[in-house]
Amino acid sequence: MPDDHQHDTGVRGPAARVKALEELLAEKGLVDSAQLDQITETYQHAVGPRAGARVVAKSWCDGEFRRRLIADAVAACAELGIAGPEGGHLVAVENTPRVHNLVVCTLCSCYPWPVLGLPPAWYKSFAYRSRAVSDPRGVMREFGLVISDAVEVRVWDSSAEQRYIVIPERPRGTESMTEAELAEIVTRDSMIGVAKIAGLAKRIAS
Amino acid sequence: MNGIHDMGAMDGFGRVEHGEPGESAAFHSEWEARAFALINSVLVRSGANVDEFRHAIERIPPARYLASGYYERWLHATETLLVEKGILSRPEIDARAGSEIAAIPAAHVAPAKPRAKNPRARFRAGRRVRARNINPAGHTRLPRYVRGKIGVIRHDWGIYIFPDTNAHHAGEARQHVYNVAFAARELFGPAAHPRDQIVIDLWEDYLEPAGSKPAARTAAKKTKKKPPIATRRKGSSQVRSHAR
Repeated sequence: MPDDHQHDTGVRGPAARVKALEELLAEKGLVDSAQLDQITETYQHAVGPRAGARVVAKSWCDGEFRRRLIADAVAACAELGIAGPEGGHLVAVENTPRVHNLVVCTLCSCYPWPVLGLPPAWYKSFAYRSRAVSDPRGVMREFGLVISDAVEVRVWDSSAEQRYIVIPERPRGTESMTEAELAEIVTRDSMIGVAKIAGLAKRIAS
Repeated sequence: MNGIHDMGAMDGFGRVEHGEPGESAAFHSEWEARAFALINSVLVRSGANVDEFRHAIERIPPARYLASGYYERWLHATETLLVEKGILSRPEIDARAGSEIAAIPAAHVAPAKPRAKNPRARFRAGRRVRARNINPAGHTRLPRYVRGKIGVIRHDWGIYIFPDTNAHHAGEARQHVYNVAFAARELFGPAAHPRDQIVIDLWEDYLEPAGSKPAARTAAKKTKKKPPIATRRKGSSQVRSHAR
């Protein structure tokens, strides 16, 4: 592995190439370094799965919102001020007692950035991209999630413009929690489909 | 192209490694963050489109593709496009970076010929369709694991630019994209779970009617019944195999 943190001239590896590209393109007036700072700042700190968690929590608390979300996730997320690149054709798919949803992109690593941020390392891994379609139950078991044989597993391969977010089931024992509290317990992995959200009792016990 | 990127249903990559420290970080080093920002900022300005960018990634030779990280592949593809578009030269980049990277093979010049002549939807929800058994030499978003298989249209998403032509600047060929459900057993045989489905979004050109008859019989009948379409397809596939 090249050392990515070196910045001296003459460094090899991708770090040096990125630096070279940025310099050359800036000299030609094709990129603006301040704008690049802004983009990295946005994706490192502003965009992430907390946005998706807010959407899920609201869908649990507000039946009308849930209906709008399933019908048109782009419009429903816009109500919460959530939008951006890779979110223009967002689709929300809900888990039910009969269907469990799992999202993958076998051809590259398409992912719904505005609601989940940039994808975690495992989502981009060759192991996930290859087996999520042919062995979804095996893949989920590797995450500790066992789906009953009575439940249909529905895998969504994001091959076109649509980007998918899973609306996980609301765990039992959370009836008294507020929307803001619920948003705290919604995990990124549950919105991809490789996890469920632990119930309140289990939470207190652990 | 039938590249290494088309990984759906491959074996051999092992378990999904997860739960590693830092796996949730948007970037794993400074250069990844910088590359992400740079690429997002320069691609459109360079005259490239997203399909062309994806195809540049697919053109990375398989061994190198597998040995490179996600953002390294983005970086290879971006360098390739900037050089191909005459914005930067490879010696210029190599000199500045103090390293050399082999060029990625050129894009194939014979892109798919769009079949859809108008954007009117050919299929409706509930319709049985077969993913066509095609092997385009250029860019495509039709994964190998669904080709030749029968599924059911769940939804019509509306009209979208066709990646197979757009990646090669051969027109937008706007057409319907459908959400199509395939039974896991149709794709992967009797060992697959009987309840499971794989749902995938496919452009109209990737699909043909499957009717309600068993797969083999329907295919045989169709060829006899509609010679003009079969001839046209044969013609376009000859163009493509010639280009190879």
